[in-house]
Amino acid sequence: MYNIRVPGARRCPAAFCCNLPFPGSFAMKQGFFTITENRKLADATFLMRLEGDTEAITAPGQFVNIKLDGFYLRRPISVFDCDGKTLSIIYKVVGRGTDALSKTEPGKELDLLTGLGNGYDIGAAGKRPLLIGGGVGVPPLYWLCKKLAAQGAMPQVVLGFNSAKDVFAVAEFRAVAGPDVKIVTVDGSYSDIGGCNKGFVTDFLPASYTYFYTCGPEPMLRAVYKATSTEGEFSFEERMGCGFGACMGCSCKTVTGYKRICKDGPVLKKEEILWKN
Amino acid sequence: MEKLTETQVNTSVNLCGIRIDNPVIPASGTFGYGYEFAKLYDINELGTFSFKGTTLEPRFGNPTPRIAECTAGMINSVGLQNPGVHAVINTELPELRKVFHKPVMANISGFSVEEYAKTAELLNGEEQIGWFEVNISCPNVHGGGMSFGTDPKAAASVIDAVKRVTTKPVLAKLSPNVTDVTLIARACEAAGADGISLINTLLGMRFDVRRRKPVIANTMGGFSGPAIFPVALRMVYQTANAVNVPVVGMGGVSSAEDVIEMMMCGATAVETGAVNLVDPYASLNIVRELPVKMRELGISDIKNIIGIANK
Repeated sequence: MYNIRVPGARRCPAAFCCNLPFPGSFAMKQGFFTITENRKLADATFLMRLEGDTEAITAPGQFVNIKLDGFYLRRPISVFDCDGKTLSIIYKVVGRGTDALSKTEPGKELDLLTGLGNGYDIGAAGKRPLLIGGGVGVPPLYWLCKKLAAQGAMPQVVLGFNSAKDVFAVAEFRAVAGPDVKIVTVDGSYSDIGGCNKGFVTDFLPASYTYFYTCGPEPMLRAVYKATSTEGEFSFEERMGCGFGACMGCSCKTVTGYKRICKDGPVLKKEEILWKN
Repeated sequence: MEKLTETQVNTSVNLCGIRIDNPVIPASGTFGYGYEFAKLYDINELGTFSFKGTTLEPRFGNPTPRIAECTAGMINSVGLQNPGVHAVINTELPELRKVFHKPVMANISGFSVEEYAKTAELLNGEEQIGWFEVNISCPNVHGGGMSFGTDPKAAASVIDAVKRVTTKPVLAKLSPNVTDVTLIARACEAAGADGISLINTLLGMRFDVRRRKPVIANTMGGFSGPAIFPVALRMVYQTANAVNVPVVGMGGVSSAEDVIEMMMCGATAVETGAVNLVDPYASLNIVRELPVKMRELGISDIKNIIGIANK
């Protein structure tokens, strides 16, 4: 039995909206989260910390869908980090919605759907998994990295950005994976103790790894698909309607049939992928 | 105004010969085949729901992106993605039976009159199906869907063919993308439709000024959400004035008050659409709000307000 909080409680008389128990399992939860922090990390890139009920978030690579005042559809954003009561996201301002999100003050409550998507399978990692991230595809790899380290794996991390002004979360990754974190910039404008790595992430992949996990822009994912030698998992992005599997707005074709990026993904295994064109 | 207690409020209506506990019906394409929402709440609290538009063969639908946001609404160009009628009978409906114990509305679509009829014939044996909602108004497919719903003769031929293969009530789901919706509604009624449901989405478009490309891969799609409510209400009103069969109203309905407004303008029941995608609990909340709003407005029996604007 679950205690379902009917989230429209604000519009609904209290007599109807107390904790009504229903049988059955569910992955998604709707709830109100309070913003505790919202600050700029890099060019047009922000970190937001939220407090609320994170129980539904069970796997790295899952995402939340955020309702914003004045916008009809929610904004799907991957989970950067999560524990018992706090959740962090890192997002890039790419349009009016994310711009409004970046201007939302701490203390404000946001309506979130949580526990969306399948997430990465950490059981497949082996001893030396490889994590490859690009730009705003980097955030979901952080909680994954922590989970992998916690289960005794020694993750290797390659993160790609366009330029030094876009780089974020290096200290966080280094705290977990130490010297196995490599930062790559397309223009070579970034350098640190890991050196100056100019080019693409696929130019700097380690020689050996047991499994890989990746998230990033599609051209990078295609390059990773070609450059990797083991099995692995890819996290995809698509314009979504609902984010929880109802509207079929974000469907894709895979080797194992039609899948909804939001519900059956966003993580697909390498052998499932059918690239468009 | 007389004060009404909860027990004095009656939300049930008769939809084409079948009594439903309340007039709230999640619309096709926003509720899948129901059982996924049943993981969130008891979907038996709904009047019924209209399941995902089903065609004879499985369909992937249109290329992505299929979704664009608008002010107070959204555009979709899903293009009737569905597993096909055989998978619906063998997989989806058995799953639904486990969690839903009321008659369900079967939304069907096709690319020829024969395909509509064949799909209806195959589904006719399914006991749980209470009504057919014949989608002759999908704006996202070529050579089917809306092309039947924009011509009175073609619309009538589809309804006539479906009526011949089923004894269940048949509703024609109409498109707003016509000059006079009452012409199509009357043609469907004359062909034997037991009810009319409207409106499907309005054909719309967004263009990405930075990428200099349409937002949606298919260029155009169906516009829905609260922005279209006044257009929907107007067409429900016109249609209820034009036909003698029940009208199921939809288009931007987002609250119990919207339900009441649409029923006052002629709808016997009301479908909720885009709102289910933004708030998965929306339809449940509307069901629960409805008696409260009725009491507030002094409505003891919701049947009594149907079409009061039309009288």
